[in-house]
Formats: sequence, structure tokens, C-alpha cells
Amino acid sequence: MSESTQTKYEPGQHPSLPPPFKTRGVALWLKENLFSTPTNVVLSLLAIYFLYKVVPGVLEWSLFDAAFTGNDRNECRAQAGGACWAFIGERLQLFTYGFYPEAERWRVNLSFVLLVVCSVGLLWENCPGRKWIIALSVVFPFAAAFLLVGGNGVKLFVALACVAVALALMFRGSSTTFVIVIGAVCAFLAKFIFFGGITLPFTDIHVGGIIDLDDYTFLNLPEVSTDLFGGFMLTLIIGVTGIVFSLPLGILLALGRQSNLPIVKYACVVFIEFIRGVPLITLLFVASTMLSYFLPPGTTFNLLIRVLIMVTLFASAYMAEVVRGGLQAVHKGQTEAADALGLKYWPSMRLIVLPQALKISIPAIVNTFIGLYKDSTLVIVIGLLDPLGIGRASLADTKWNGLTNEVYLFVAIFFFISCYAMARYSLYLENKLHTGHKR
Amino acid sequence: MSTPALAHSPSQPSLISRLWYDKENRSIIVQILAAMALLWLFGSMVLNAIHNLEALGKGFSFNFLKQPASYDINQTLIEYSSRSTHFRAMLVGIINTLLVAVAGIFLATILGFILGVLRLSKNWLVNKLAYCYIEFVRNVPLLLHILLIHGVVVHSLPRPKQAINVGDAAFFTNRGVFMPSPEFLPLFKFVAAAFIIGVVFTWGFRRYAKALQERTGKQLPVFWVSLIAIIGLPVVVFLATGQPVNWDIPVLSGFNYKGGMVVRPEFLALWLALSLYTAAFIAEIVRAGILAVNHGQTEASMALGLPRNRTLNLVVIPQALRVIVPPLSSQYLNLTKNSSLAIAIGYMDVTATIGGISLNQTGREMECMLIVMAIYLSFSLLISAGMNYYNNRIALVER
Amino acid sequence: MNDSTNNVSATGRALGESTIQIRNMHKWYGEFHVLRDINLDVKSGERIVVCGPSGSGKSTMIRCINRLEEHQQGDIIVDNVELTNDLKNIEAVRREVGMVFQHFNLFPHLTVLENCTLAPIWVRKQPKAEAEAIAMKYLERVKIPDQALKYPGQLSGGQQQRVAIARSLCMSPKVMLFDEPTSALDPEMIKEVLDVMIELAEEGMTMICVTHEMGFAKTVADRVIFMDEGQIIEENEPDQFFNNPQSERTQLFLSQILAH
Repeated sequence: MSESTQTKYEPGQHPSLPPPFKTRGVALWLKENLFSTPTNVVLSLLAIYFLYKVVPGVLEWSLFDAAFTGNDRNECRAQAGGACWAFIGERLQLFTYGFYPEAERWRVNLSFVLLVVCSVGLLWENCPGRKWIIALSVVFPFAAAFLLVGGNGVKLFVALACVAVALALMFRGSSTTFVIVIGAVCAFLAKFIFFGGITLPFTDIHVGGIIDLDDYTFLNLPEVSTDLFGGFMLTLIIGVTGIVFSLPLGILLALGRQSNLPIVKYACVVFIEFIRGVPLITLLFVASTMLSYFLPPGTTFNLLIRVLIMVTLFASAYMAEVVRGGLQAVHKGQTEAADALGLKYWPSMRLIVLPQALKISIPAIVNTFIGLYKDSTLVIVIGLLDPLGIGRASLADTKWNGLTNEVYLFVAIFFFISCYAMARYSLYLENKLHTGHKR
Repeated sequence: MSTPALAHSPSQPSLISRLWYDKENRSIIVQILAAMALLWLFGSMVLNAIHNLEALGKGFSFNFLKQPASYDINQTLIEYSSRSTHFRAMLVGIINTLLVAVAGIFLATILGFILGVLRLSKNWLVNKLAYCYIEFVRNVPLLLHILLIHGVVVHSLPRPKQAINVGDAAFFTNRGVFMPSPEFLPLFKFVAAAFIIGVVFTWGFRRYAKALQERTGKQLPVFWVSLIAIIGLPVVVFLATGQPVNWDIPVLSGFNYKGGMVVRPEFLALWLALSLYTAAFIAEIVRAGILAVNHGQTEASMALGLPRNRTLNLVVIPQALRVIVPPLSSQYLNLTKNSSLAIAIGYMDVTATIGGISLNQTGREMECMLIVMAIYLSFSLLISAGMNYYNNRIALVER
Repeated sequence: MNDSTNNVSATGRALGESTIQIRNMHKWYGEFHVLRDINLDVKSGERIVVCGPSGSGKSTMIRCINRLEEHQQGDIIVDNVELTNDLKNIEAVRREVGMVFQHFNLFPHLTVLENCTLAPIWVRKQPKAEAEAIAMKYLERVKIPDQALKYPGQLSGGQQQRVAIARSLCMSPKVMLFDEPTSALDPEMIKEVLDVMIELAEEGMTMICVTHEMGFAKTVADRVIFMDEGQIIEENEPDQFFNNPQSERTQLFLSQILAH
């Protein structure tokens, strides 16, 4: 037998010996991980054969035998037999900005930079100056909308002022009812004074509209029609709008669903289940063909706004379920403790329950966002030009006819990179949360 | 109006504050307000809709369903021609939706379970390959998968003249896959009978085996006997009766194949894309479900002397299924809803027929969208009802 | 090692043949030497308590006996069957060796009765009625026959652990292994489980218990084994072990565990 059995040690004096077998090395790794059992050997060989058949061909087509320059399809084909990436290169601007006027593209870039700053600040807990970035994030959607669409800056600042007043009151810890009332009054006054006034109910009497904001100018950016929006920019607009507005709406719906007031509860349940029960495509059709039927005669929105409304409603139903999961995961003792401290419903939700519930549901929220982001491609069926739409439109160009694989692969890789990065982030959060809970 | 309970309070609270600060009353007030808000919202929407439709001279009626649809549908499982009604077109659409959904669920489940198990494999290479597949497929929009596969089928498969020929029976072309269609001769009813007998026998045999085990403890090879009865018996009868099936093999005539049956490129692309996409999600669900079963369960079962396969069948799988089934059914639901993307490649499902062409032809957006949504909603409700039933049946009993 | 001719236990009972023999057994987790040169001989009817600080390898050792863990060097022979990679041998050994876990590991999807009859039906091929009768007998012995149709989730920790003991007994094992059976229990439930174990010991079951219950060791054990750093430091009769510990490490351990 081996050495250790021959040497006799006093009880308790046996030293720690290295194992009599190898625990490291390439050969051992291969044996343990690829060829440990007959089934594994077969599986490994199949996998190797598969890789051998597929990988060289794919690399050949996409890289080694691909054309990166050329002015049309025939020039590409003359150079190489594989992919024709010159096409993508020529259309890259279109894929990014859609038909946004070239001179104004700095506005898109600036919004994108702001978006990156906000997301970093929101997602990275120890980011320096996080407080300011969070404040910026609250204003960001309005600022970005103004930047992208343009027009007179005055309206934006009036709207921002209302938001700022409401937020300031909220963070000072005013009662919720008070904040809602003030918010409503602000909105009413803004509509009454600045935005064309109001029509009294049941009459044709029109009052207000005292100050016409168009008379004043401030930061007057040239207006860009939303019809020109497209490409990855459109994907981001749909995704970010969807998530930003669906989160608060989803929280309200989730709280409503848990409410013990039957009417509120069932209204929320019906809304959530209805939205989750129908495909997004039907909702987009509703947005494009019949949403205006439900609005007062003469009201018109442009298509992008209608789509954004529908996408937000759609996402909010899913968000509500995610938040509900988070609410259920918060221990019941937390609400009881809040009650015992004398907190009322809204403060106890805002200060105790929601922060915990939202933290638990961040990974799921990120996953919902990934879903929404991918679903934004559906807008091509109602004629908006997201990257896929741009790609399909480009394919109609006789110069580049028939390069479908290149276009679809390019768009697929764009989506894969961004979605995979988000998925990894959500996984990282999930693992972090789990360790926090368990040990 | 003073009550004894309030007699000693320093000041009489006002009526409003008494209503608002009473728990019961407040709940009623809030609900009345909510109901009024909802009524106002819905009421004004409906009133607006009536007003707007009137202005357009449209009205609201489902009579158009009885009018002829006057468009063609390329894949019809029930009798349909352009003279059929819109209602008939809707039925064709529903059946096409169901067809692709059921076929998709079938393939996605099989692929998903295989991928999920491969993902748990100790074999590093297989594990990583499955991982790459799952991550790539999950993180690319479904619509892109559909268009990509459709593109490959339409652009990369050869024209019928140069079809890829599989055993002189199946032909892969850019117009679809042409396959022989069976024509059953009279003797075939014996094969069918043999199959039915096999199924009935298996059912009986399983009951017998269970009873026998309960009585004597003896275990019979149920799996192998079932396999022989269900598959072996019909095959034997099929051969014994002289293969009573005529195959109608597609033949190239002109620019296309005639005869046999055809799987159209639209169906093929949609079906494959839906299955491959959903399979990636199912794989993750299966993996998570199996990992969710505590390792102590396997250990306890093995410590009792149960062999590996029995440990899996009796202990691990029943527990993993409880975790797997709820998200699995929501994937089925997603697949069914996602089949509405058919419209992007012209597969004639319910969204493309009644919600697409019929809508455009008749201009009845409201009615058509209501019908389409009601159909998808009823699918959803059916699947969730089934799932709730299953969940209640298998829920773990806890204190 | 003890004198192998000594076939009388500390309590004066006659002991049978060796059921478990562990000779020069070593185990590594990767590069880490967890069990070092373990030698142990358990005679049928013998009751052994294994104690020691956490991480000393006591659980790993008894888990090697029914091969929930693999050893890499040395021999383990259980009931005349040597444990190797042979699956048939492993299953044979597991049939004869019952195990009770710290966290019970009852099957939550089966009733208490089904938990108890699962292995007898599928492994011992007993008729259902017979298996149920035996299960009821053991459930009565652990004093919970009235819970037979409930699910594990409906029972208290102490009750669950007693079911786990009954479940093992239903296989009529020759040896019972207890892996810290009371560590996950509330104080008031520890006694009900220990009572069942003491009763079992009095009926002559061969037992190896990893436990910190020193009272149990004093009343029941034929031999107490103290392990540290993957080695058996000391083994002795309970009297000697508690009153006259030989090694310093044992003294330190005992002073810590008996201090409160």
C-alpha cells in the first residue's frame, strides 16, 4: 500500500498530505470534464464535430471571406464570396439616427450621453455624486423629449417647474394627500394659464390661456418631426420611455391589486390581466388605427406618442406583476412594524415597504426592460422605422438588393450585445441579493 | 346629536372628519370615488367612440362577418375560398394560430427540456454550447429570428427545379418543404386498430402492474412493455397487412411541385423561430427547476438505497415539476401570443386575417380588434385556468 | 485501536461481529486533506458517539460509510461488502445502512406514510399493505401514528426528525447513522428525538451518532470518539472519556462544550 499507511503517527499528529492523485493539469481536466463516462465521450465527440462543421464556415463567411469596402453589391461580390459589410458601413448613420437631420444629431448624442450618465448613477450604488444624478434622472425624460423634438424651451421649463415643486414637497416629507393636491393644482393652473386654457364641462365656454408661451422664446431649438425618428435611437426612446413611465404606473397597479378595497382591486386585476392576455401587436394596431376614436373629437396625437402610450400601458401591466412579486417578498412584519410606529398607509409604503420591494425586484425589472427593449422591434408592423425597419427599407434599394443575412445579423448582434450586457447585470444583482439574504 | 361615547370629547368633530376618519366610511368613500373616476373614464371613452364613429358614418355592428371576404388564404385546414365569409376567414385564422401554437409548444418543450438538461451536464463543452445557444437566442428579438429564418428559407433554399432531394420523397425548396402525403388503403384500419389496442393494453397493463406491485411488491418492466405495445404492435400489423398505405409523392411539374403535402415557408419560419426562441427560455426554467430541488433530497433518497433512476423519477422530478410548471405555462402563453408576429412574414393567422386583411377591407377597426383581442384573451384564460387547476392539485401542503 | 478480541461492551452487553471496518481511510477535497488515516471498527450492537469541533470531518466520515462521500485511499467494509465504485455494492450497502440527517430531508411532496413506504416498496419490493403496516409500526414507535396522512410541511421539527428516523427503520437497517440529528431543532424538541434514539439503542441497534449531546453520549454510548482536523484524536469509554480525557485537545473541547 502507499506511503501514508506505512508511516505510523501518534494520534492527532497526522500531517496534511498532498493527495495521491493529480488535481490539476490539462489532461486531468479533459478527462474529468469531457471524457469521464461513455455518454460524455459520445456527447463531447458530437459537440466537437458540430463545432468543426459550423465554426469555420461562419468565420469564413463573416470575416475571412467578407468584403468591407465597396459601393454596391456587385463590387462586394467581386472582392469576396462572403458577407458584404460595406453595405452596413454605408448605412450605419441611418441605422443609428434614422432620418434625423444631420445638423441636429448632436442633440441625439447629447441625450444619449445624459442617458448613460443617468443609468450609471442609478445602477451603480457607490457612484460619486449619486444624489445629483438621481435628481437629473427625474428631469431626464422631459429634457430628452425637449432635446429630441425641439421647439420653444419655455414650455419645458414650465412643466419642469411643476414637477420640481411636487418633488420638493415630497422629499420634504409633506403628507401625500397634500402633495397630490398641490400637484393637481399646479397642473390645472399650468393648463389654465399657459397651455391654451380649459373648456368648462357641459358647455362651450372657453376660459384661460392668458399667456401664450409662443410669444416668449428661450432655447429655441428647431423642431424635428417625430416621423424622422428611427434606428437604434428609436429603440432606445421606446425602451426608456416604456420603463420610466411604466415603473410608477406599475407600482400603483401593484399596490391597487393588493388593496383591500374591492373596486380598486378588481379594476387593477382586470387591467393587468387584459393587457397581459393580448399580444403587444394588437395593442400597437389599436394605437395606430383606433386610439383616436376614444378621444374627444379633433384630438390628434402623432403616431410615435400613441405608440409610446400603448407601450407604457403594456409594460406597466408586466411591471405591476414584477412589483407585486417584490411586495409579497417583503416580510409582513415590516408593515406591522410600520403600523406600530403609527405610520399611515402611504408613508409606510413609501418609506418602508416599497424601498425593500423595489430592491428585491430590480433584477426582474431589468428583465422586463430587456423584454420591452426587444419588443420595440414590433413597431415595424405599424410603419415606424426601428433598426429592423431601416434594414428592411434598405434592402429595397436595388444597389444592395438581397443582402438580408448581413442586415439581420448586424441588427441581431446589436440587440444581443445590449441585451446580454443587461442580463448579466441583472444576474449579478440577483447573486448579490441572494448572498445578502442567505449568509 | 350627541352620543354618550362622544360626550367627553373636547370638541364635536365635524361630519366630514367623522366620515373621513372612520375606517369603514373612508373605504366606502374611496371606492365610490374610484368607481366614479372609472365610470367617467369609460363613459367618456365610449361616448367619444360613438360620437366619432357616427361622424364617420360607421356605426358598430358585426354584420360584416356575414359578407364575403373576397381574399385568398394560402394555408387553409378547413374549406375556404375567396367567396367565403369574413367569419370563415376568422375561423381559418384561428385554426392557423392554434396549429402553429400547438406545434410550437410541442417542439419548444422537447428542445427546451433537452437544452435544460444539457445545460446541467458535467460535460464542459456540451454545457457551454448549450449556454451559448440559450444566451444568443434569448437576447435577440423574436421578430428578428422569424425574419432571419424566413430569409434563409426563401433566399437560401434552392428553387423547386434544384430542390434538395431527401430520399426522392421530401423536397426542400424556397417555396416550402414538399412531402409525400399518405393515402390510407382499406387494410390500414387494422393498423389503426392495432394502435388503439396497443394504447388500451398499455393502459390496462399499467394498472395491472401497479395493482400487482401493491399486492405482491413485484415490479414489471412497464416502460418496455408499453413501448412494444404502442409502437411495436402497429408496426408488426403494418408489415403483416402488406403496408396498406399509398404515398402521394410530390412531383415536379413546371415551376413547382404538385401532389403530396407542403409545409409553407411562412409556417416553417414561424414555427421554427417560435420553437427555437421559446426553447431557450424553457431550458432556463428547466435548469432552475431541477437546481431548485435541494441536494439533501437526492442524498436522503440515495441513503435509503433507491437507485439513481428511481431517485430521479420518485423524488427529484415530482418536486422539480412544481417549480417548472407555472413559468412553463406562462411561456406557452407567450408563445401563443407571439405567434401573432406571423403578420410580419405573411402567415395567415388570426391577427393577419380578421385583424389584418378583413380590417383593411371593411374598415371596421373597432369590431375586428375586439374580436382578435377576445380570441387571444380566451386562449390566455384557458391556459391560466388549466395552470391554476394543476397548481392547486400539486401544491405542497405546508403549515 | 481497541483490542479486537474485546467483544463485550462498556455496558456489559455481548457484542457481535464487526459490521463496519474502516482501515487507513483518507479523503481529500481537491488539495485539502479532510480525513487522515481513519481506523474504526464497529461491532454489531455497538453504540458509538462521534464528537469534535465543527469542520473536524465527523460528518464527512459517517457520510463515507454509505458513500454519500467518496474516499480516495484505504478500505471501508460494511456488512462484508467493500465500498468501491461498484454501483451494485453501493446500493447494497445503502439498503443495510439507515441515515438520519441534520435537516431531516423528508420528501415534501409525499405524506408521512408515503415517505416511510417509498423505499420498502421500490427497493425491498414489499407489497403496499405490508409496507404500510410496517411503517405504521415504526410510526407508533416514534409516537406519531396519528400524523401518518399529513405532509412533512405540516409537522414540527421534532416530529419531522422522528418521521425521518421511522423512515430509515422501515428498511430494517443493520446500522443507523445519525448526522447531528438534533442540531436543527428547538430545545424543547431535542428531548423527544433523543428519547426515540435512546429507546432504539436499548433495543440493540448498531448506531453511529455525530452529536453534541453529551448527556446522550454518557447514557448510551459504548465508545466516544473525538475528532479534530480530520483525525481520530481519542476514543474511549464514556466514563474515561469524560472524566479522564487523555489529549489536551479533548480537554479543551470538553471544557468548552460543558462550560454552559
